[in-house]
Amino acid sequence: MAGVNPELEKLAKQDYKYGFVTDIEEDRVAPGLTEDVVRLISSKKNEPEWLLEYRLKAYRRFREMLQEEESHPEWAKVSYPRIDYDDIVYYSAPKQQKKIESLDDLDPELRETYDKLGISLLEQKRLNGIAVDAVFDSVSVATTFKAELEKHGIIFCSFSEAVENHPDLVKKYLGSVVPYSDNFFACLNAAVFSDGSFAYIPKGVRCPMELSTYFRINAAGTGQFERTLLIADDDAYVSYLEGCTAPQRDENQLHAAVVELVALDRAEIKYSTVQNWYPGDENGVGGIYNFVTKRGACRGHKSKISWTQVETGSAITWKYPSCLLIGDESVGEFYSVAMTNNKQQADTGTKMIHIGKNTSSTIISKGISAGHGDQSYRGLVRMGPKAHGARNYSQCDSLLMGDKCGAHTFPYLEASNPTATLEHEATTSKISDDQLFFCRQRGISEEDAISMIVNGFCKEVLRELPMEFAVEAQNLLSVSLEGAVG
Amino acid sequence: MSDAPLVSIKNLHANAGDTPILKGIDLELRPGEVHAIMGPNGSGKSTLSNVLVGKPGYEVTQGEVSFQGEDLVDMDPEIRARAGVFLAFQYPVEIPGVANNYFLRTAVNAVREHRGEDELDAIDFLTLLKEKMKLVEMPEDMMSRAINEGFSGGEKKRNEILQMLLLEPSFCILDETDSGLDIDALRIVANGVNQMRSPDRTMLVITHYQRLLDYIVPDHVHVLSGGRIVKSGDKSLALELEEKGYGWIDGVEEEGVA
Repeated sequence: MAGVNPELEKLAKQDYKYGFVTDIEEDRVAPGLTEDVVRLISSKKNEPEWLLEYRLKAYRRFREMLQEEESHPEWAKVSYPRIDYDDIVYYSAPKQQKKIESLDDLDPELRETYDKLGISLLEQKRLNGIAVDAVFDSVSVATTFKAELEKHGIIFCSFSEAVENHPDLVKKYLGSVVPYSDNFFACLNAAVFSDGSFAYIPKGVRCPMELSTYFRINAAGTGQFERTLLIADDDAYVSYLEGCTAPQRDENQLHAAVVELVALDRAEIKYSTVQNWYPGDENGVGGIYNFVTKRGACRGHKSKISWTQVETGSAITWKYPSCLLIGDESVGEFYSVAMTNNKQQADTGTKMIHIGKNTSSTIISKGISAGHGDQSYRGLVRMGPKAHGARNYSQCDSLLMGDKCGAHTFPYLEASNPTATLEHEATTSKISDDQLFFCRQRGISEEDAISMIVNGFCKEVLRELPMEFAVEAQNLLSVSLEGAVG
Repeated sequence: MSDAPLVSIKNLHANAGDTPILKGIDLELRPGEVHAIMGPNGSGKSTLSNVLVGKPGYEVTQGEVSFQGEDLVDMDPEIRARAGVFLAFQYPVEIPGVANNYFLRTAVNAVREHRGEDELDAIDFLTLLKEKMKLVEMPEDMMSRAINEGFSGGEKKRNEILQMLLLEPSFCILDETDSGLDIDALRIVANGVNQMRSPDRTMLVITHYQRLLDYIVPDHVHVLSGGRIVKSGDKSLALELEEKGYGWIDGVEEEGVA
């Protein structure tokens, strides 16, 4: 009666649909992390002196961190051999005629790649009103709907273009939420970041379409170190989506990104991620190391930042999208579904740092573990001394499938203000054979039953996603579970 | 009433795990009939129902079961369900997060698809659902709640009968549906079951007590003991068992005696 359920067994044998490689000539620097490489990246992008200086400061600090035992982020409940940072290619970009004037000039290979991924870079095939910035290895290759957004005063472009055209904004906000010395991977990113997305929503503007970035790692042996910076000025609103995939390879590739969000008075940023990096095979060979620092600062009064993530990919995920609740009455939210299957590992959660008065935060974390997957929720809620009347509600639920996976919860609660309220709930459950049999006895196939139960488990998070993304996420969960479309 | 049996069980032997439980059962269930299976604890009543619906962990070691002339033993549980075999569970499970109405519509549409009928959309399904809910006196708000989560024992059993009313199976197995029910809930559940009685449907009612059979009056009563049917009769047999217990029947291994 015990034994391994065949459907759950099948989970371990899923296919990764996005594992293809695009055959395109790339301009890449030799592997290794040196000051020269940092200077080279900066000069390839014609960066101003201040930015090179920023990179070099980070580079020097990173060199120190490499020597400092305590700076290595080895407190997370994931295991992997230390990375040889001199073995990574820090810059790799598809060769193309310097600047493309219109999207029609884009290399057809690239366009085809994104078509295969289901992302249309042709504006006439307008994808439910989503503007896309497409990042391919180290560079942004295209951004759609720029002109339309400009009519509203919205800036949406690659990070490199922002440095060129809006240096004041970049200089003002870069590193203001995640300082270069913040942590090991953020420091590495600050030294070698190559591209990413930038958005600025001016005062009082409600962004008329979803903004999104689609990250694709293609070249072998490279790391992807992108940087995203979003600023919502007073009373602005933006919903931003992020998706990612990578080819199927036997080596591990490093993705160490930094995302900074700034919300000013009464501004709202909704940031959604569907992360589907190549997870490695069923024996744990290959896959992306997804070591990402994401943080938003609610600087303004009544500002709001909401993180929603569906994490199904990557060999290892190390990621804690956080909110600094500085403005009085500001609001932070974190909704997460993390799924680990086969030999995947995830240590993910959030930090809610309450600084201002009457700030509030909500954390809903849903972990699904199958196969030999192992995952931890790690979350910090800190109520600062001035956070009078601050409130937090945290709920962490784990769903286990089979008997070889693991789920762990590490909540850290710190309250320095007696008027602050913290609530934490955690549950762990299993999809039982009896539940599956009950569904089958009612005529529902086992795979539909699993998908129904998993989607039911995640629905509080999935309903936070924008509609188009919610459907994709649901499908992805089903596909990651056994190839059935839910 | 047709003479061809809907369900035919011949010399059925089955194990639960590695333990032999059923040791040669013969039964013919014809359309329109209600059969009651009674017997002491451990006689194999629940094993019989689990084997008929193909629950993993139960293995047929000998004999055969046919349903509508087809071999049932090799059919997957969901295929049996779609073909019209239904079990009202003794202990219905809870499934947190999955709304009852969504689950029921998925089940109804799986069965309809098997029958070559069109899928019911949300509105048509709701109309059907409301009609059937009245029959088991279920309040509407229970439908948007998660499957059986926080339901009382009686509500869970009513929910089972509701599923039966919606799926309209031709072979209904009720496994100790009366257990844990107070007299009002018993009346409601029995009323739901009686609505389902029809000339082309067969019911197998497994119970410990005569009480249920006051409401769902059987055509045939069988006594199961030691994995075999040791006595069969009409509804009066149930009354006799209520009065005298099982001890007087030859071949009955009574609890704690053998």
